This record gives sequence, structure tokens and C-alpha cells, in this order.
Amino acid sequence: MAAKVIAGTPVEVNEEGYLVDASQWNRDMATEIAREVDIQELTDDHWKVIDFLRRDAEEKGGSPTIRRLKKAGGIDTKLLYELFPGGPLKKATKIAGLPKPASCI
Amino acid sequence: MSAKKEGIKKLSIICSKGSLEGIYPALIMANGARMEGIEVNLFFTFFGMDAITKKKWSKVKVATVGNPAMGIPTFIGAIPGMSAMATKMMMKKMDSLDIPPIPEFIEMIHDAGGRLFACKASVDMFGLAMEDFCPQVEKVLTVGEFYEMSAGAEIIFT
Repeated sequence: MAAKVIAGTPVEVNEEGYLVDASQWNRDMATEIAREVDIQELTDDHWKVIDFLRRDAEEKGGSPTIRRLKKAGGIDTKLLYELFPGGPLKKATKIAGLPKPASCI
Repeated sequence: MSAKKEGIKKLSIICSKGSLEGIYPALIMANGARMEGIEVNLFFTFFGMDAITKKKWSKVKVATVGNPAMGIPTFIGAIPGMSAMATKMMMKKMDSLDIPPIPEFIEMIHDAGGRLFACKASVDMFGLAMEDFCPQVEKVLTVGEFYEMSAGAEIIFT
């Protein structure tokens, strides 16, 4: 664990850069974390994914899956991979200030 | 050894078995690779082609005979309906873990950018054609073409 300043706010992150405490997250941080994972701009489609992940984590907890994003969140799998190239779930959860998913699916 | 540290960039996965426990490992590894940003080519051969054959892909079952890990004596495993029952139970558990049925899984991997191919020798042997396969299958490949496509890739045989 390490202390880090994201978007002007001091937070705790783990060795992979994921926020330790999801409640420290805010929307300005998302934009900054996105740039760290090579996503220069967050579009409305990105936000749809991030908002679903935040809501789902709060209501349900546990690890999201790509299948759940499609079935419960209405997020098309093809689009998801386009939005977050090179690791959609890993990147999206990081940007959303959530833990790295522990699911294989 | 130093190449390993750079991480895997590209995978070729060969799916050769037609049982539930034969097909799922290949699909899970393919999907998991795409989730890590790894390029994936899936190659279906022999009974592994059941996973992409429209008439068969929703009927794949777990083997209850000749499968010592199931812990069922062979004569009980052979009772009609045993395999279907074991499959049903397993599918239910998998669904609760968000592991999709084969047709949905194939679609998911394809949507994720994974590419799917059938083996020419097996296609000829079983008398199949492209129209027997699900639309996600891109092409029937010879072994030679498969190796060409696998240049620079790790190859996994299941």
C-alpha cells in the first residue's frame, strides 16, 4: 500500500494502483486514473460502464464479470473491449476506484 | 527466460475434446486471455468441434463414465440420464458463477475479439461444412495455416 495524490486528493492505493478504499473515489479521479491506463478521454459510454460498476459494487458487492455487465448493465461486450482496450474489466474497475476483479470470467 | 517477463502477447488454444470438462477449460482460458489483452486464436479439432457445431453446442455433456474424478462407479455412471443429470447440476453451479452456457460463451469470446477456427482434417473426417458451424467461426484452417497464424504465440492444447 502506498499514499498517492489523485486529482488533488490524497488516497491509499495498493501495489497495482487500485484504490484501497472505494469511498475515497470521486469523478475527477476517474479522469486522472483513466489517463494512467492510456484512456485519454472518458466519453458518455465510458461513464455508463463506470456508473454501473459503482452502483453494482454498492448494491451487490463482489467481483463484476463481463457477463454481468452485459446482462444487468446492458453494456455490449464488443463495445466494452473498444472502450477499455487491453483489459476491459481491469481498467474499468481501476478507473471506478474499485478493487481488481477476482473472477476468471 | 527473459522473454517470459514481458508477458504473454498472443495465444493459440486448441480444443480437442467434446465433453463439458473438455471444452470449458479452453473457453475459460480464451476468454480470460482476452480480458488480459492477449490476442487469442481458438482452434477446434476432433470432438472439440462440438463446441462450435450448431446441432451440438447446446447438448455437450460431462462424462460420467471413464471419468474417475467424478467419483461415480462406472456402472452407475452408465445408467441412462446420469450424464444429463450431472451436466445439469454442473451447469447450474457454473451459471451462478457467471460462467455462460457454450453458445453464449462462444459469442462472448468472439465479441471480445477472440478468433475461432475449425480444423480442416476433422471437418473432412466428420463430413462437416462451414454452414454446420456457428457464425462466429471465421474459417476452416489446415494445420499448416494454423501454425502460420500462431507465429509468435504460445500454444495450449486442451
